[in-house]
Amino acid sequence: MKLGFLVDLGLCMGCKGCEVSCKVENEVPIGMWRLRVKYVDVGTFPEAKRTFTPLRCNHCENAPCERICPVSALHYLDNGIVNVDKERCIGCAGCVMACPYGAIYIDPETNSADKCTYCAHRIAGGMMPACVVACPVEANIFGDLDDPTSNISRYIMEHQGNVKVRKPEKNTQPKHFYVGGGEVNLNPLASERVEGFSLFDNITHLKHIGGH
Amino acid sequence: MVEHTTAATHAVVTLDVALPGIVWGWMITLNMWAKSIATGVILVGVYLLKKYGERVEGVKTLMPVASFIFLNIFLLFTLLDLHHPFRMVNIFLHPHFTSAITVGAWLATILTGIIFVMAAGRVLNKLNDELYNKLMWAAFIFAVPVTLYTATIMGEAAARELWQTPTELMQMALAAFIGGSALYLILGVGDRNVKRDLAIVLAVSASLSFIVYMGEYYFGAMKAEEVAATIAFVKSGGEYHTMFWIGQYLGYIIPVALVIFGLRNRSQSLLALASVLALAGLWIAKHVWLVIPQLLNLS
Repeated sequence: MKLGFLVDLGLCMGCKGCEVSCKVENEVPIGMWRLRVKYVDVGTFPEAKRTFTPLRCNHCENAPCERICPVSALHYLDNGIVNVDKERCIGCAGCVMACPYGAIYIDPETNSADKCTYCAHRIAGGMMPACVVACPVEANIFGDLDDPTSNISRYIMEHQGNVKVRKPEKNTQPKHFYVGGGEVNLNPLASERVEGFSLFDNITHLKHIGGH
Repeated sequence: MVEHTTAATHAVVTLDVALPGIVWGWMITLNMWAKSIATGVILVGVYLLKKYGERVEGVKTLMPVASFIFLNIFLLFTLLDLHHPFRMVNIFLHPHFTSAITVGAWLATILTGIIFVMAAGRVLNKLNDELYNKLMWAAFIFAVPVTLYTATIMGEAAARELWQTPTELMQMALAAFIGGSALYLILGVGDRNVKRDLAIVLAVSASLSFIVYMGEYYFGAMKAEEVAATIAFVKSGGEYHTMFWIGQYLGYIIPVALVIFGLRNRSQSLLALASVLALAGLWIAKHVWLVIPQLLNLS
């Protein structure tokens, strides 16, 4: 079994339901994100277009975070999920430096690395990830890539030529796919970041407890 | 004209989370800096002992003692930088050897053990020359990978394109030669010939280091768009632009000039000043290079 994720960007309407459900399900601390939806605008009125891109861990088959972790706190589960053992993590932040997608953070409450685990605890109990359940338009498609009859496998086959991953040149072999994505959605350097458009810019971040 | 308008070519992020900020900061810089001195003292010290023998007898004690001090600074700040310092033991209990962090930690621990035996043996006068020589060569062999392994950590940091270059290995090696030769010059080791050798090692290493940085500065941007975006933090003005050039001047350009004047005028003071500036500049240059890739948005 090799679990994967696909987001159809043509369906996503940027409601952030997935973001909120992830926060609640995984008790992600203030100022930290396992999953977020980025808005990018192209053009000017009346020719303006807004794109929405959910961003989470890619659960790469050749994961740099797993490779650099000195104590195997980041490790593969049998189903392909890159999981985190928070009790083993030493908090060196090597994984934060290694992830080309900026998907890992140091949790200020546990002082350990953390990230999207595709809700591994829910999957173990036979449930779908929280973000999949919360999506009102079924833009999040999750399933077994090894099973040709799974929803995700069929979706990929139906949209051949329009399925992309982020930063394929990094050779990380992501298991998170996008349908309908382009440079603007998937390449962070393709869009300008203007100060002041960040969500909760002035939020008071939690201080790390212990450590530094 | 239309191709220059925002509407035609630019996309703008209109809502996103804030950038995470600097995760590896001054403690990691201090870690690299202290390690460069600790291993450089061994690499340069072995050269001095083999070339000058009895004329640098003091190096036999100074080398392990100085290296031990700086290795402990390096290890202390490695520990302090961890969010779970007490779990450092997991590197030995649950080692993951694909990680350069693990390999480096093991090698640095072994080196520190060897250096401790050498330092204690010399200070307590309980180490004969034969055993000292064996330990010295063991320390020399371990000092090489300990010097270089940080470059492999940076190479494994797949998110930071700027660090993923073979020149990082060269920078680490040169930093060690700068650190080692500078410390011996500051401490006034040896006679005029010894100091001349040390000054040449310092000047050549600083020159090569400067050339490598300039190569990255001017040609790195042609390698990848991420490198171009990162280098822009030092090219386009601002805090890190100033810091970058202070590092280059203090660490490399001025010390090379001072070494030239110092050797011409046979001035130990100028050589010592060059060494102090080189060590200060080395820290600044390394810090800028460590921080700027972390300013880049990755997703």
